[in-house]
Amino acid sequence: MKDKATKAQSAGEKKLHRKNQIRKWAPAYLMMLPGLLYFFINNYIPMTGLIVAFKKYNVRDGIYNSPWNGLQNFRFLFTTGDAVTITRNTILYNLAFIIVNTLLGIVLAIMITEIRHKLAKKVYQSVILFPFLVSIIIVSYISFAFLSADNGLINRTILEPLGKESISWYTEKKYWPFILTIVNTWKTAGYSSLLYIAAITGIDDTLYEAAKIDGAGKFQQIWRITLPSLVPTIITLALLNIGRIFHANFGLFYQVPMNSGSLFDVTNVIDTYVYRALLKIGNIGMASAAGFVQSVVGFVLVYLSNLLVRKLSPDDALF
Amino acid sequence: MIKTKGEKAFLFASHFFLAVTTLCVIVPFILLFMSSITDENELIAHGYSFWPGKFSLEAYHYLIRKGSSIFRAYGLTIAATCVGTIAHLLMGSMLAFCLSMKTLPGRKFWNLYVFFTMLFSGGLVPTYLLYTNTLHIKNTFWALVVPYLMLNAVHVLLMRTFFSNSIPSAIFDAAEIDGAGTFTIYRKIILPLGKPILVTVGLFAALDYWNDWLNGLYFMSDMSMYGIQTFLYRIMEDIRTLASTAQGASSFATIQIPSTAIRMAIAFVAIIPIAVLYPFLQKYFQEGITLGAVKG
Repeated sequence: MKDKATKAQSAGEKKLHRKNQIRKWAPAYLMMLPGLLYFFINNYIPMTGLIVAFKKYNVRDGIYNSPWNGLQNFRFLFTTGDAVTITRNTILYNLAFIIVNTLLGIVLAIMITEIRHKLAKKVYQSVILFPFLVSIIIVSYISFAFLSADNGLINRTILEPLGKESISWYTEKKYWPFILTIVNTWKTAGYSSLLYIAAITGIDDTLYEAAKIDGAGKFQQIWRITLPSLVPTIITLALLNIGRIFHANFGLFYQVPMNSGSLFDVTNVIDTYVYRALLKIGNIGMASAAGFVQSVVGFVLVYLSNLLVRKLSPDDALF
Repeated sequence: MIKTKGEKAFLFASHFFLAVTTLCVIVPFILLFMSSITDENELIAHGYSFWPGKFSLEAYHYLIRKGSSIFRAYGLTIAATCVGTIAHLLMGSMLAFCLSMKTLPGRKFWNLYVFFTMLFSGGLVPTYLLYTNTLHIKNTFWALVVPYLMLNAVHVLLMRTFFSNSIPSAIFDAAEIDGAGTFTIYRKIILPLGKPILVTVGLFAALDYWNDWLNGLYFMSDMSMYGIQTFLYRIMEDIRTLASTAQGASSFATIQIPSTAIRMAIAFVAIIPIAVLYPFLQKYFQEGITLGAVKG
């Protein structure tokens, strides 16, 4: 009997405790609600919507009630040969960007940290970062000013006076791997240098002092101290970028080449392909199949690259 | 400190290389500006140039006189930037504050919930179908504000880390003993003391809104609902379509396309807010990038 009573009492206490807990945390949950709801709508519902890749979508039935279609959408995607082109372009461009940005970022960072003159340092650093903050549309305007066939700067001011044929930049494929790499470098070099500047500033000064006493010159200091100290940062950033190698900067590949059809072979990446299939051609099946592959492979890559980062430098790992 | 010959040479080389790089970055912007103040006939005759034969402010006059659709686009971008940034900061900071409370029930789960959105995404197709066919956001102002930009996990996690590492927990304990509720603590402690991170995050949210052209591209078919970046995109797209389809000059007359100088003027005006604010805020930009890069 007594046992029962204490049980009842403790049950009551628990209830009271729970009530108190709810009262205590209700405001916090209320404050979290808008943000959590937003992620639910903007991120989680679309994740479930990925199943549209296995459906024959029609607007009336929506994503979830449209009839299943098996692997038909994927079959279409892979028989056209587009899949190979867009995957190749996405990966190769991203690899080129990673390599160029890493090299240039390190060179710029080493030089910027070397400058002692405060104003000069600030000017260099902030100017080089500036293009990163400008929209890709503005960048496409600027590149058009250089490349326009009729009155672009390169054709009219450089090639014409030299007596050379003007080049129809927006229809000639062979130049675009370089143009896109240059444009991307111009826009993001400052950004990547910033990350290395942070890493270089963290290097222990006494290492350099000791090296100097031992008679090491500037280049030896860079070669033996700076670069080895940067290796973890270089690897971490490269891995994180490789994790995102399946995602391309849509604007760079869509609008900088002016969406020019004759350049698709060298400018079409997964993101532009999905957009065109969805909104220009209206082929939801193909768009969703390509998008599905991108999401899933992208996830696997992020996951794997993070496992590696965690091994190398746990502080920088995402999880 | 005495510099060795090698150090001097290296310093000189650094100055040289950085000066050249800086120039390479600035020169395209100068071209953009110069072509906006070039006389249109001069532009057609001699192309874009750094020092035009004939200057003209006609493009800017035109913007002021006839630019109602352009001003509308600017207005929409400004409105979306303000509304969106405020929503972003409010939702984000409230969520981040709660996630930073060590005793919050379900804390681990909700952290993972936010974090997972950084790893996996549904991509364009399901997002597009959800917003257009289910939520019917197309051609409304909300299409500029809500999709993609109103919150992101990186910002929430950055704020969470700041709140839990940079604000002494003794302050919270004291506030709690004084009987302050969660919301009071948020308003009286988090908002004032979290200012550095709020400014940084707000800056990047505002920049994302200002530079966004994709929401306009995806969710607007009505040109009068374009923000300025999408508006600029559309002008270029029209030129391209025209160039690839129009054979005779007669069809040029039917579609109104702003002259080159006017286009460049619109683009230049779209950079001005960033260029003007940048020198004052660059510290926050640089800090934000270094903070967010790895986790971004």
